[in-house]
Amino acid sequence: MEIQGGLRQKMNKQMAGYIQENNTEIITKWQELMKNEKNDRSFQVMPTDLMNQTSKEFADLMLSNLLESHQAYETRLNDFAEKVVRLGWSMTFVTKAIDHFSEVVFEGMEDAGLITQENFRGFFKEFNNWIIPIRDSTVAAYSKTWERTVSLQKIALQELSASLIPVFEKVSVMPLVGTIDTERARLIMENLLEGVVKHRAEVVLLDITGVPVVDTMVAHHIIQAADAVRLVGAKCMLVGIRPEIAQTIVTLGINLNEFTTTSTLQRGVEQALAWTNRKIVEVDEQ
Amino acid sequence: MSNQSSVEILTEWDIVAARQLGRNVAKELGFGTVDQARITTAISELARNIYLYAGQGRIEIQQLMENGIKGILIIAADQGPGIPDIRKVMEDGFSTSGGLGAGLPGVKRLMDEFKIETIPGEGTDIRATKWLR
Repeated sequence: MEIQGGLRQKMNKQMAGYIQENNTEIITKWQELMKNEKNDRSFQVMPTDLMNQTSKEFADLMLSNLLESHQAYETRLNDFAEKVVRLGWSMTFVTKAIDHFSEVVFEGMEDAGLITQENFRGFFKEFNNWIIPIRDSTVAAYSKTWERTVSLQKIALQELSASLIPVFEKVSVMPLVGTIDTERARLIMENLLEGVVKHRAEVVLLDITGVPVVDTMVAHHIIQAADAVRLVGAKCMLVGIRPEIAQTIVTLGINLNEFTTTSTLQRGVEQALAWTNRKIVEVDEQ
Repeated sequence: MSNQSSVEILTEWDIVAARQLGRNVAKELGFGTVDQARITTAISELARNIYLYAGQGRIEIQQLMENGIKGILIIAADQGPGIPDIRKVMEDGFSTSGGLGAGLPGVKRLMDEFKIETIPGEGTDIRATKWLR
């Protein structure tokens, strides 16, 4: 059943008119409904005046979607969704807010006699045309924000991931902090080999002080990296092995016999210097 | 007392989530740092097996209380291909993926009790317990 353009416009106007006239009433009713949402605390902890302001803003946004012409509608919708995201509500809360808002308006218009048995279907469809795009674009805006955050964090993480730091001539250190997954293991290997060649390192210290768990996979990657380092003509040393990690490595039965390992980076550096025939000495001040 | 929570394993990052959950529970129960490391490493191995071999599954962490002794139970369940030869995977150094082959026997050594049930083509259910002493 296709509704005539003129009729649709009329219904839209009626809806907008009703909302504008009964603005405060709708908002109060809607706020009541939202307060009853037990799962979300964002409304309950909000101070009253801030809540009123946000609610008003929300209602205005909902209304503006009704009044706009079709051309401006799309951009408006995106604006709306982004603004809603900025309100800082959870997504479930926002979808509930949108549903409740249309519910309140629909019931209000029914009570006011604007929606009758005859035009019920038409209005029902019109309400859906109003609400569904709003909800869709809100969800899209949320996922867009999330995706952006996740990809930014991924980049940030990658920057922290694995850098080889030359500390002395022929001696470099790679501090590893955080969880090592397949992607990072690959990065470690690449940066390690590239760095060894670039810095002409003879000894590389892999510092795992900041790695929370060393399981067989992590150990496997470390062993592989060390083997590769040996192939390009340098020695690899594993440093920063915490006591509890040492115990789990032994219990797991991981063989690190081919490695020189030390508990701290400091001792590792001393050992590395010894391998390259150097040592740190104190000088008398004079 | 049996308090449980679980993590679905679908991606590599879920392994981290499972591990974190296990560490928190272990800490709450009063396990020391060495046992915490053992428990998280065991969870890491089991979760990685799910991720690598079954594709998806679940890690469940339960708090136990038996005869006044507290404990933690890790359940790793999946509907993956199952393990054709259990005796072989429990041998050190056996791996089908080019890894170290220390995973399952390692978990058995890390924990106090270890039970594995697997039906080829239907899935695997591994239960590992650590008691607080």
